Amino acid sequence: MTQFNRLDNGGRIDRSKLLSFEFNGQRYKGFAGDTLASALLANGVDVIGRSFKYSRPRGIVAASAEEPNAVFQLGATEATQVPNVRATQQELFDGLVSQPTSGWPSLSFDFMGVFGTLLGRMLPPGFYYKTFMFPQAAWDTYEKYIRKAAGLGRSPREPDVDTYDHLNHHTDVLIVGAGPSGLSAALSAARAGARVILADEQAEMGGSLLDSNDRLDDKPAAEWVKATLEELARYDNVLLLPRATVNGYHDHNFLTIHERRTDHRGDRAPANLSRQRLHRVRAKWVVLATGAHERPLVYGNNDLPGCMLASAVSTYINRYAVVPGSRLVLMTTNDNAYRTAFDWQDAGREVVAIVDTRAYVTGAWQEEAERRGIKVLKGKAVIEARGGQRVTGALVTGLTTDGNKVAGDSQLLRCDTLASSGGWSPVVHLSCHTGSRPVWDDDVIGFLPGKTVQRQLVAGAVNGRFALDDCLTDGASIGAEAATNAGFPAEPAIVPSARTRPETRAMALFCIPHHKRNSRAPKQFVDFQTDVTAAAIELATREGFESIEHIKRYTAMGFGTDQGKLGNINGMAVAAKSLNQTIPQTGTTIFRPNYTPVTFGAIAGRHCNDLFDPMRYSAMHEWHVKHGAKFEDVGQWKRPWYFPKPGETMQQALDRECLATRESVGVLDASTLGKIDIQGKDAREFLGRAYTNAWAKLPVGKCRYGLMCKEDGMVFDDGVTSCMGENHFVMTTTTGGAAGVLEWLELYHQTEWPELEVYFNTVTDHWATMTIAGPNARKLLAELTDDIDLDKDNFKFMDWRQGTVAGVPARVFRISFTGELSYEINVQANYGLHVWEKLFEHGAKYNLTPYGTETMHILRAEKGFIISGQDTDGSVHPYDLGMSWAVKEDKPFSFIGKRGMKREDCVRENRKQLVGIKTKDPSIVLPEGAQAVDDPNHPVPVPMLGHITSSYYSACLGRSIAMGVIKGGHNRMGDTVHYPLTDGRVVEAEICSTIFLDPKGERQNV
Amino acid sequence: MFYIFCPYCDEHREEEEFHPKGQAHLSRPADPDACTDEEWGNFIYFRDNPRGIHHEIWVHAIGCRKFFNVTRDTQSYEILESYRMGSAPRITQLTDKQQS
Repeated sequence: MTQFNRLDNGGRIDRSKLLSFEFNGQRYKGFAGDTLASALLANGVDVIGRSFKYSRPRGIVAASAEEPNAVFQLGATEATQVPNVRATQQELFDGLVSQPTSGWPSLSFDFMGVFGTLLGRMLPPGFYYKTFMFPQAAWDTYEKYIRKAAGLGRSPREPDVDTYDHLNHHTDVLIVGAGPSGLSAALSAARAGARVILADEQAEMGGSLLDSNDRLDDKPAAEWVKATLEELARYDNVLLLPRATVNGYHDHNFLTIHERRTDHRGDRAPANLSRQRLHRVRAKWVVLATGAHERPLVYGNNDLPGCMLASAVSTYINRYAVVPGSRLVLMTTNDNAYRTAFDWQDAGREVVAIVDTRAYVTGAWQEEAERRGIKVLKGKAVIEARGGQRVTGALVTGLTTDGNKVAGDSQLLRCDTLASSGGWSPVVHLSCHTGSRPVWDDDVIGFLPGKTVQRQLVAGAVNGRFALDDCLTDGASIGAEAATNAGFPAEPAIVPSARTRPETRAMALFCIPHHKRNSRAPKQFVDFQTDVTAAAIELATREGFESIEHIKRYTAMGFGTDQGKLGNINGMAVAAKSLNQTIPQTGTTIFRPNYTPVTFGAIAGRHCNDLFDPMRYSAMHEWHVKHGAKFEDVGQWKRPWYFPKPGETMQQALDRECLATRESVGVLDASTLGKIDIQGKDAREFLGRAYTNAWAKLPVGKCRYGLMCKEDGMVFDDGVTSCMGENHFVMTTTTGGAAGVLEWLELYHQTEWPELEVYFNTVTDHWATMTIAGPNARKLLAELTDDIDLDKDNFKFMDWRQGTVAGVPARVFRISFTGELSYEINVQANYGLHVWEKLFEHGAKYNLTPYGTETMHILRAEKGFIISGQDTDGSVHPYDLGMSWAVKEDKPFSFIGKRGMKREDCVRENRKQLVGIKTKDPSIVLPEGAQAVDDPNHPVPVPMLGHITSSYYSACLGRSIAMGVIKGGHNRMGDTVHYPLTDGRVVEAEICSTIFLDPKGERQNV
Repeated sequence: MFYIFCPYCDEHREEEEFHPKGQAHLSRPADPDACTDEEWGNFIYFRDNPRGIHHEIWVHAIGCRKFFNVTRDTQSYEILESYRMGSAPRITQLTDKQQS
């Protein structure tokens, strides 16, 4: 393969660095400084993909972010696969491997291409909605093939091998785009001392100045770019970010920048570098200098390889020294595009003709064309391109002066490249991200950034100032304004003169008419990536879609990964014409973040694997790991789930843990329970308002269980609170509910009852908590303390004592979640492991058995104790739980939840109430969530009674036990209900008390 | 992402440090037991959903843990002021300049 389209001289490439790369299984050569697109064009690769719907061959159209066709899959290995890379933005490196994402089953022989002509008429807009909706079940089958044929790229099947970083910045002025406007703006702001970030999506800063032959102060523009960048690089207050796309403009001047640090160096990042960075920038002021994208003209077969944007052709010639063909026809509505014909001629290739849609146009550009001997056909247009895999000719016909109809005879011009320009569309994308609607400007023939509440200024082409002189001066003054606004009084930088040629007014023309109606003419593509034609948009309007947002969704225009950068304005113009209204009346769709696709790696940054979410460990975690615990995630906590011995199944481990606890003594690490320290002279009053039960008389040294409800009367947390001193309490909450409860208490204190003197603080992490439970718990504890009187009458159930355990200061609470004699030992967290190990030292003779959350669940369920969040779900009040004993209605203050639980719906008959459920067959453990019905043979829909909330096998009882809610359940004791399961079985069960073991509570009162 | 001024810390901090807590200036009825079901239902369930000015409570959850009020334009997402709990908002309607 040779680079036969490469020029011998010129361009910003390094001919001494030959690079080898692969596309679609073929090897090619390019140079350092190439993009993948320019290298493919240099090698004369015409067809780089197949289109989405019609599977037509497609070539490279553009030279930057707006490229719709050359969207590739990159990656030499499975782990480094990257979809959705625009070849126009991917710098070439040695060994690059790329694949087209479309063209199944192959690029050269295309299944869809063969049948595409036949299917063409069968694929109108809305085709998928109309065709594949029924039968719904078949969608899975359709979808597989549609996706395969559609070419959307694929994600890697192996984990990403690279690392990614997030960086946070505050800056005075963020300038987006380092073209002529952005560079001048940066000079003004930087010289005033403002902190400036200048970000540009390209490898080299300079923007359009690198793509053209423009001269500044009679020197090549690139010299000014170089000098400017050198000056900016000297300032400590300036951060230059090349290869960094500002992808999102979010609320309150927060912008995200996607910087690709090593994508130009190889398939994966060097070992010491992160591959990409996401910069998160809070900017005082933002200057958008994002420039403009050229609009192609819409005409028949305008998607043939060889049909390109005029400016892109110039960029390939001037920047990459690639002429993508030999015979050029240029169609334009404006003077600016003439430069493409001149560049082409200067590169030594033939310009067949400039086809200017304007009938009466004479000026500097036309004179230059005449001087160069280039034929200019005025008042004419290319109505269709001819060719198979590449353009071979352009059919040119006269136009009426308004451009609405063809007039006169046609002639066929032989050519292999057909460049077009319909003018320039300001890149307003970022200005839209926070909801601002762009505004149409008839003079600019494009949308300009609309009014915004952001601290945003716009400079240069994005503001409709396309002439180079204007861009430079506008940039300089806007840069000064931004710095001044940010508190750094600035003067506009002196900028060089470009002496641009005056331009005659452009013609507002978007879609070229044809002899035939658009629906019968060769396809005129508006959006290449989603294969939307002018005829499709017209059809959508005929079918009644009038809002541009609806037209977009019906036709899929602008839905591609390019967000319709190339085609949207043309599509709106076609819709406007079809609806017989103006473009501003039609309006525009809104661009949203991100401007170009961002890798998931950059979004995730370091927040993956171990750093995905913080993990919390108790002080005894190390011991649990050493003793083979299986862990369960509870919130961010890692809690031991159960402790299997070698060879044990989970159920065997649970059975052993349960029996050991009930027969002798077990120990649970309860450190993760939320603990809130509450102090102040009104602490007691506050508790009385926050809990449903009474707190006024709880003496120092006592503990009490409480339920907490929301104002609707529904239970949201529970726990034991202990009185440490007259003005001092410690509240425990569920492990997962701790943060929410603290915030809830603070909310009421700060917003409703600020007059109460009370203070809350989280002390969860301060304490290590171990609960010993079982008949031998007292004997075990007695061996570890000599200053706490454990006598059953002196240290009663629901008492707590301060003392020493295993030589360490401790608070010991005699509370029980198992129904056994039980002590909860709390010590300073860093003593936790020591005390835990001492317990086992002394506990061996009692067969002290560690148990995890699962055994804790079984033991508490045997006693009918609820778990908030498992047996409650925000729709259950204390009476539904059968816990009226925990509600004290005659408290003087109307506590939170009291009024709520008296609402009509809360006191009606037949509410779902918590009951015990015993299966008739004691070996069946019902699945949690199983639905109860009275009559399993009832015709569908079967009335549902409620569901199972907790269900276990109880080794102590030798049978399964469950709790669940049943409509009116408290009055249905002894009734039989049925649980139809998903596997077809119907399980018969009896409604019973929730207390399965020791109903009188004798075991804990010993 | 919002940039929120905490009137207790006296500085702007990132939204990540805050939790929104809904509409501000709703007070719990002094005598809940005297409320009808409809009045209580309105208090616990019904909230304004204005287009424009909205006074709302935020908490500096990963900061000073203080609750405070902000006045926010629900259309533009602009935060027009932050003020301490117990004080009244200064901005109660959009000016012509803000009505865009």
